[in-house]
Amino acid sequence: MIRFDNVYKRYESGQEALSGIDLLLDKGDMCFLTGHSGAGKSTLLKLLTAIEEPTRGSLLVNDLNLGKMPKWRIPYLRRQIGVIFQDHQLLFDRTVFDNVALPLVIEGYRHNEIQRRVRAALDKVGLLKKEKLFPMTLSGGEQQRVGIARAVVNKPPILLADEPTGNLDPELSEDIMKLFGQFNEVGVTIMIATHDLDLVERLGHPVVSLKEGKIIRDDLRERRGATP
Amino acid sequence: MALFQRRKVELKTQLSSYATHHLRVFVSSLGRLYQFPGPSAMTVAVIAIALALPTGFYVALKNAQRLSGGWDGATKISLYLAPHVSEQQGLNLSNRLKPHRQIESLRYISQSEALNEFADRSGFGDALNALDNNPLPAVIVITPLIDKEDPQALDRFRHEMERLPEVDIVQLDMQWVKRLLGIMSMVQRGLLVIASLLGVAVILVIGNTIRLDIQNRAREIRVQKLIGATNTFVRRPFLYTGFWYGLFGGIAAWLLVSIGLAFLAGPTSRLAGLYQSNFSLSYLSFGGGLTLLLLSIALGYFGSWLAVGRHLKEIEPGQ
Ligand SMILES: Nc1ncnc2c1ncn2[C@@H]1O[C@H](COP(=O)(O)OP(=O)(O)OP(=O)(O)O)[C@@H](O)[C@H]1O
Ligand SMILES: [Mg+2]
Repeated sequence: MIRFDNVYKRYESGQEALSGIDLLLDKGDMCFLTGHSGAGKSTLLKLLTAIEEPTRGSLLVNDLNLGKMPKWRIPYLRRQIGVIFQDHQLLFDRTVFDNVALPLVIEGYRHNEIQRRVRAALDKVGLLKKEKLFPMTLSGGEQQRVGIARAVVNKPPILLADEPTGNLDPELSEDIMKLFGQFNEVGVTIMIATHDLDLVERLGHPVVSLKEGKIIRDDLRERRGATP
Repeated sequence: MALFQRRKVELKTQLSSYATHHLRVFVSSLGRLYQFPGPSAMTVAVIAIALALPTGFYVALKNAQRLSGGWDGATKISLYLAPHVSEQQGLNLSNRLKPHRQIESLRYISQSEALNEFADRSGFGDALNALDNNPLPAVIVITPLIDKEDPQALDRFRHEMERLPEVDIVQLDMQWVKRLLGIMSMVQRGLLVIASLLGVAVILVIGNTIRLDIQNRAREIRVQKLIGATNTFVRRPFLYTGFWYGLFGGIAAWLLVSIGLAFLAGPTSRLAGLYQSNFSLSYLSFGGGLTLLLLSIALGYFGSWLAVGRHLKEIEPGQ
């Protein structure tokens, strides 16, 4: 599903954010991406959504080689990937419903299909009653859940989250992580970048750790090595 | 769980939802103009003025052409007959000329008629009576058929008349009409240049407005691109905004021109009255108005298309 082969990323500033990344996620895998600030977690996720291009190496998502992909395919790649951001990236002049509906509108779904799916997604994150509100009037945790509903509403095979629980209390964080667990159970491939090591240990999913742009721990590889 | 089984959206469904989506964007881009009435009205006003100027001049020019069309009919060619030509010979000549294809009508004025007419008009009747013989020649006054396509035709006709043995002098009272027509065709050219320049101004104004709009909505554009919006999708509301600016600017220009002409109508008819003319101003025709609207919409759409092409690419997620 996701495959990094010796991927390097050097920013224009000269900063080398990733060096020699080899990583493989099969369909249905779920892992946490950890590492100190500046280790390259966000960079890795940005490569996957073609926000940044790798400087070297090859990167495959769903058998699509991102390095060789023409620019016009980028939107179609992004529709395969639901992304959740620490700062939500919601549109504040639109209601919760309209925010969650956006990926479906972009893909050209029918009106009644949009209604059905948005309600299903909002129900999943427990915000069905707040569909008519504007994001500004919601709490941080609720805004985050709107972001999650938007990321899953078009049923993408891949979910990426960059510090989705960054500024939430521990209880809420655990709820949201469990929500990801539920999506994973139905076959979605998930990668979550986080600082919250306690939570990671408690939930027990495989961990991939970065340090200064290199992988220093890869539970997925070890697991494959143990059961080839 | 059904939530994650991807289903292909059927083509038929896609088409009808595509139309609905267009309609929604179409209406919501109008709503955005309404949301910021001040700046929107300002842009519309600038477009309207820029379009009303050449349109107004154009209508004025059309009126002037109509007026000079009336003068064309008044163009006369006078054939002064030689003194030795008798009245009978003069009448014969005018009968011979009548079927000429470049003559619409003609009138023979004998020497004595000419004298009477002159005496009436000039008031020198008594002085003329004192003369022994009549100094005025007989005249054939011709109203020629004017072929606008062939300005030389009139000259050729004049030479033909000069070669007639009975004719002494041919007088063509045309020079000034020609000059006027020449000036008008120059004005028409000038108008085309001004209209083109103002058209470019409209494109720039709309382009700039759309550019600001794009900048204001940069965050929204980034979010949309981030979750898989194509450039076409992001571009659409801005193109429709350009359409609306064009439409409203065109309507306002039409109104301005009509109001301006209504303002001039009174003085014009009074002036025409002084010249015993029943000339009255003609307004911008309905077809002309529609052309103005279509042109204005096209300029609006093109202006936003240019702005979108230049500035949308600059806004990418991750900045
Ligand atoms: N747009 C950019 N231009 C230049 N350098 C960048 C850019 N984005 C990130 N970097 C650098 O790349 C390195 C990795 O950054 P990245 O954001 O991937 O780290 P991170 O692991 O997500 O950190 P954090 O936990 O603080 O979010 C850092 O040294 C950072 O300064
Ligand atoms: Mg980061």
